[in-house]
Parts: sequence; C-alpha cells; structure tokens
Amino acid sequence: MNILVCITHVPDTTSRIAFTNDNTEFDKNGVQFIIGPYDDYALARAVELKEQNGGKITVLNVGEADSDPTIRKALAIGADEAIRVNAFPSDSFFVANQIAAIAKEGGYDLILMGRESIDFNGGMVHGMVGELLGLPSFSPVMQLQVEGGNAKITREIEGGKEKLEVSLPFVAGCQEPIAEWKIPNMRGIMSARTKPLNVVEPSDNATHSAISAYELPPAKGAVKMIDADNVSELVDLLKNEAKVI
Amino acid sequence: MSVLVFIETEDGKIKKSSREAISYGAALGDVTALALGTVNADELATAGQNGASKVLHVADERLNAGLIQPYAAAIAAAASEAGADVIVTAKSSLADAVVGRVSMKLGASLVSNVVSLPDTSNGFQVKRSIYTGKAFANVNMTTDKKVLAIKKNAVEIKEDGGAASVEAFSVSLDDSLFGTKITSTEKAEGDVLLPEADIVVSGGRGLKGPENWGIIEDLAKTLGAATGCSKPVSDMDWRPHHEHVGQTGVKVSPTLYVAVGISGAIQHLAGVNSSKYIVVINKDEEAPFFKAADYGIVGDAFEVLPKLNEALKAAQ
Repeated sequence: MNILVCITHVPDTTSRIAFTNDNTEFDKNGVQFIIGPYDDYALARAVELKEQNGGKITVLNVGEADSDPTIRKALAIGADEAIRVNAFPSDSFFVANQIAAIAKEGGYDLILMGRESIDFNGGMVHGMVGELLGLPSFSPVMQLQVEGGNAKITREIEGGKEKLEVSLPFVAGCQEPIAEWKIPNMRGIMSARTKPLNVVEPSDNATHSAISAYELPPAKGAVKMIDADNVSELVDLLKNEAKVI
Repeated sequence: MSVLVFIETEDGKIKKSSREAISYGAALGDVTALALGTVNADELATAGQNGASKVLHVADERLNAGLIQPYAAAIAAAASEAGADVIVTAKSSLADAVVGRVSMKLGASLVSNVVSLPDTSNGFQVKRSIYTGKAFANVNMTTDKKVLAIKKNAVEIKEDGGAASVEAFSVSLDDSLFGTKITSTEKAEGDVLLPEADIVVSGGRGLKGPENWGIIEDLAKTLGAATGCSKPVSDMDWRPHHEHVGQTGVKVSPTLYVAVGISGAIQHLAGVNSSKYIVVINKDEEAPFFKAADYGIVGDAFEVLPKLNEALKAAQ
C-alpha cells in the first residue's frame, strides 16, 4: 500500500500570534513550529495502515527550507521518504496544484492530510486535490479502515457522523480519533537522518489570491467577577449589559 | 453582481447559517439560491426573506444525503445557470468538503472563514479569520469568479425580503459521481446544532463524570443552547466527539459561550475565541479561562448551575 501524507509546518498551538513588516508577515520570532495536529493524525493512521498491510509512506510538504526539521520528525514517526516542494505555500490553490502534481507521478492508493491547517484553517485543499485528480475526497474523516481495494470511512457531520464505503484511491482530510498521535522513538529519530528528503521545485506558480495585510482582534476587556451567591447579578448583566439573552 | 448561494437544510428547514449566507449574498447583488434534494417548496420560498430573488431546486432524491462529488457538480452547474460571479456558502462540515472541488471546476478563487463583506474599491478584498480566531487576514481574490465560505454567526440575518420564486433545476449527474455508499448515519435528534448555536453551554472535567451532565443540559435547555465539552471529556467518552469544542474539535462563534468546570487550556480557547461573550464558572479562581472571560463566577458547578438555571427561568 502506497500512501502519500501531506503535512503542514505550522506554529505550535500555544504560540502567541504576532505580525511584522507593517503587518504583512507572520512574526516567527520565538515561535516553535510543529507538524499540523490534524496532519499528525493522518500520519499516525498511515503508519498503522502500513503496519497492517505493508507498503510505503511518502510525506509531502509545500514549504521553504525551514520546514525540514518538521519533515524529519514525520520521517522519525514512520514515513519512509519525503518530498518538499520548495516554495512558500501562498494559497490553497497553489498548494493543491503542487500536491496534485506529485500525486499524479506517485500512483498512491491513499492521499491523506489533516482536515485543515491550523494557521489558515481553510480546510479546502483535500477537495481541491480530489477534483484535480478526479478522485473522491472526504473530510473530516474520523475513522479509516482499509480492506483490499476498499475502505470504510467514518465522516463527522454536524451533530453526528456517517459511515461510508468507498474504493481506493481517494483523498481524505483526517481528524481525531482516527489514530493516536505517535511520538518518535530513538530508533526512528536515528533512521530519519538518512531517509531520503527530496527537494523539488514547484510545478506551477499560479495563485488565486494574495494577502495584503494581517490584523489582530481588539484586546479583550477585563473579566467582571460575580459572587457565587448572587447569580441573579449575572442574569441581569447578560440581559441588560451584554443583551445576549 | 450575480450571486449564487448554496443553502443547506436540517430537518426540512433552511439552516440558520445558510440564511446568513443568503443575507451576505444579498448585500453583494442579485441572489439565486440553490437547494439540493427533497425540500418543501414553501420552505425554500422563505429564502426570499433573507434576500434571495430566486431558488433553484434540484429535487433529485439521490441528493438527499450530502454526497461530496455530486454536490460539487450540482453547485458548479447552478453557478453557470445563474451566471454567478460569486458563489457564497456558509462554512460547514459539508460545505468544507465540497467547495474546494467547486472552486477547481469553476477556476475560481476560494476563501474560507470570511467575516466581512468584500471591499471592492480596488479589486475584491475580504477579511478572513486565521490562526483559529487569533488573527485576521485581508485577502485579495484575483480571479474573475470567486467562492466564499462565510464563518458562522459573522453575518446579521436580513429578514425584510419577500418570497423567492422556486424553480425546478435539473442537473445531469453521472452515476460515476455516486460511487460512495453511505451505510449509516447517526445524528443527535432534536438538539440545537453546536456549530449553528447562538448560545453554547460547555462542560469540562470539573463535572466529574458523564452522569452529572444533567445540570449542563438543564441550563442549555433554559437558554435554548447547544451543549459542548472540552477535549478530555470527549477523549474519555463522557460526551460524543461532535460536541468537542477546541483547536482539534468544533470551533464555535456564538453570541454567548458558558464554560463550566473547564480550566481554559489554550487549545480549548482556540475553539471559542470568536464568541461574543464568554461566561466562566469554575471553582478554581486561578483557572486561566477567567482571563479570556467577560463574566466569571468562582464556585462549585453543582451549586451554582441549579441556582443560575432558576434565576434564568425567573427572568424569562
């Protein structure tokens, strides 16, 4: 089984978000970068599927050279080889085109990624890649079982979930509880250093959008504390100050 | 500007977030709405209240379930039929899965999590939420056609319109698009949908066990709210995953979020920071959630919640 796992290189979930250069660039100063948490679920499930069925896992990142430590971590977790498309991931259309170009060459049985990146939260790339490849796409996928050329998927819907049956290949945007995140062990970390990480140039430079500036939301005012013995004061505030009830 | 709005229904009713999307579209130009599958025509005509002049209805029974590929094909066909420059949808579990495909079919730029009307003074620029609500980006969409997925509760619903005309619209959908088989669907019945809710009441580990959720549900019922929970609560199976609010769960943007017995880990805050007002009830006065709250009560949930519920009922 040949699996492509697309990963993002994103600020840790606890990062303070700030911008520089007249609010046109993300401020990377002091920010720890990680594999996107949803992508990490996709990777963990790919490792489990490989353990069950054999095969090969390729991780793919569209990013600049500072993504390499994140990609090495994915190799340490259990991917066999990596491809980095050497470009800033400027918009979802650009990224989807790069993924589709790589996927067309690789003959993958499954193309997995997170349901969304945690920087832009668009959640659109899986559908775009599916359309470009003429393959079905599913998201958010909570469970994925593969039996031969078929798969059983559980997809989250609003207020519940649905179970699907589909044949391979397809594209899936993954989320918990598809698998438990895996922590690389020492053997994984050692072997990751020598696994291939191929850097390729973008197949196409077209984009559909451009960001002109970033903004931070207005600062939150101080919390108003209410005595636990006086809950009617809270009701009054919600009704007459916030006007939300 | 000609606008196509894809609308979703729930229990035969147009979803609130779809009415928001229609209202958004009506501020841009002439709105044609699109409904897929079996829906009552009288209900569809009410899209006019929100500003749609016309509703295209594809009454194909195969579309009663939300199937991603046929939905994308039908939306793209309707966009051509309506001559739409802009396609608008509410951001939802289904729309997220579908609109990427639609944008590729139309060669259209796609922006999700849109929170403002476009600035068209110089091109077409929209503001979108990024970093899980911690920031915004102003994005220039550089193609002729555009697809916008609107963040929930970001748009005021317009209700002063009349009735829309409902027209049957037929799309030829190849059988090959129906290769996916839905074998079962589980859905909570009769509850307020969490991502759609105006008010959310969430419980955390402070509730001590799933058997204690009655006080959360009682408060939610009084407020007409949806119930949510923190990640540990969903991980321990006290509550179903679709109620998990946070970075890797549902991101909500209600007018009021009430957090009970939730300490306020940054991953949870990421799911709620678009809420207009936040009430935190926690017995630990050091709980970090208080810093993100508008109103706070330090106290035992088992004592505070029943009292609060009574006070709310009395005020109604």
